[in-house]
Amino acid sequence: MPANRFNGFSDYGVGIGLRIPHYQHILSRKPVVDWFEIISENYMVDGGRPLEILDQILEQYRVVQHGVSMYFGSADPLNREHLRRLKALVRRTGTRWLSDHLCWGSVDGRYTHDLLPMPYTWEAVEVTAQKIRQVQDFVEVPVVVENVSSYAEFHVSEMSEWEFLTEVVERADCGILLDVNNIYVSSKNHSFDPFIYLNFVPAHRVAQIHIAGHSKFEKYILDTHDHPVLPAVWRLYARAIERCGPTATLLEWDDNIPSFDEVHAEALKATKFLKAAAEAASEAAIPAVEAAAATLPEPAGASR
Amino acid sequence: MSATTRVPDSSPRLHRGEGGSQLLDIQRRMAAAVMHPLTRAETMPRRRRDGASNLAEAEAIIRPNNRLTSFERLEIYNRQYWFRLYSSFEEDFPGLQAILGRAKFDALMRAYLTDCPSESFTLRNLGSRLDAWLAEHPEFVRPHAELAHDMVRLEWAHIEAFDSEEKPRLGAEQLAAIGEDSTLRLQPYLRVLALSYPVDDLLLQVRNEDGSSASSANNASAARKRHHVRRVAALAPKPIWLAIHRLENTVWYKPLSREEFHLLAALLAGRTLSQAIDVALASSSIPDADRPAFLQETFAGWAMLGWFTQ
Repeated sequence: MPANRFNGFSDYGVGIGLRIPHYQHILSRKPVVDWFEIISENYMVDGGRPLEILDQILEQYRVVQHGVSMYFGSADPLNREHLRRLKALVRRTGTRWLSDHLCWGSVDGRYTHDLLPMPYTWEAVEVTAQKIRQVQDFVEVPVVVENVSSYAEFHVSEMSEWEFLTEVVERADCGILLDVNNIYVSSKNHSFDPFIYLNFVPAHRVAQIHIAGHSKFEKYILDTHDHPVLPAVWRLYARAIERCGPTATLLEWDDNIPSFDEVHAEALKATKFLKAAAEAASEAAIPAVEAAAATLPEPAGASR
Repeated sequence: MSATTRVPDSSPRLHRGEGGSQLLDIQRRMAAAVMHPLTRAETMPRRRRDGASNLAEAEAIIRPNNRLTSFERLEIYNRQYWFRLYSSFEEDFPGLQAILGRAKFDALMRAYLTDCPSESFTLRNLGSRLDAWLAEHPEFVRPHAELAHDMVRLEWAHIEAFDSEEKPRLGAEQLAAIGEDSTLRLQPYLRVLALSYPVDDLLLQVRNEDGSSASSANNASAARKRHHVRRVAALAPKPIWLAIHRLENTVWYKPLSREEFHLLAALLAGRTLSQAIDVALASSSIPDADRPAFLQETFAGWAMLGWFTQ
């Protein structure tokens, strides 16, 4: 399950987000990191230092692209210039899959640069799924969509967020970047059980998982990516891995960014969950393989 | 799989947009609230400048919960929008902030971003219309209008030089084949400016050179991030000419003579070599006898910097 058509049948382990304060450390020390996730928009430029750094990283590491402004859920048509630049970057990085958010953020050609929540309506399902398909056709790599943290819900919603996510990915036939921190944040902001969400999501479509820290305020939680992962989020992550198997996992840390070693150590806490899932999967697989083997006919000419 | 259909809350004030799109209508209405300027206390105003009630709009669109009203939930996004734009704009224009000081810079930033919201998928282009906007709104930079305008032009040229394309340089044989009717192509990252104030030294003092100004991210901010820039004393005017270029992926400000500036500007405008030379030397004080040497040295220097491209 973890290596599936939505993540290019890859076997990525634990990665971290590539961030400017860590450039020098990574390039000079060359730490062992399974993979890096980049924010696509920060490298969709024509030249200069961003691409020079990226090319140096690509010589040493596997990189996956994560976007923040495709806005699959916007009623606006797709931005052709954005798509053209994105595809050029896809060719440069060799990303095995491409992610962006299940949200909207632009209207009438004006951009908010935020991940705004969707009204969970059937019209929005149709619009969003259609745009995901268009992007997937254009960039020619699997597209996976990430659930966002949200702070508001719409009167017009006709289904839950997890139902909406499932409807969209089924109709678009795309993968999911399951952000367990975002599920937690939204569950607190909208008073639902995060495990209901997690248990509903089609596990076979999960291509990647995000973990991150958040900030608690008196009346709501904000997805700030400026803390270590909280225990409640690790519990959700454990359940996600239980359902999905050992899946490519990435820690996001975008504000008050500590040293590279600190960020990497936090990310590597996910390893024990992945190992446990891998061991469980192999233990379950042995009897299954033996059982499957027992049903096979004797090969012709086999020695006795 | 089929989702459990939920009956939406009654919301009689919701309309359908073009083509009967409820999605478009909601997005337009939410964007209007989110992109509306905050109050001076950085909260969402109850009433918009056009008289519309944010309170009524929030209640029409957003469902409240047991802790937050519809208005408060919408306000989270209104604040996030401005915090993100302020942060990006402040990182891009520290020189302007140093000239204007905090309060005037804040007022300019709020007005500019209200008049010129982002029309690009990347925050890198947020300040692309500031130069033109300032020309129409000098009241925001008085009494330092010309100084501020010079700084904005340099700061935008810096952003352009930072990540514009670098094309392959002309080789020695190609350079030798250049004739007086040739049209030379210059690097896309190269910009030239004629300025009334020596703002280059000032910008070097205040600019953060980590290239993070255009960074996009997908996290929320708990509070507005301030970029502290020390206000500087007003500079004395002094005409300067600059080439803003990139060498080994670092942006440089190269002082030019008046003749060099006009020569480069003419080449960038697509003039032939001979036409550009005529423009550059039209009112030059360089003696006729020294002009061949001047041109030879100038072009050799620019070729070494890799400015001529295929």
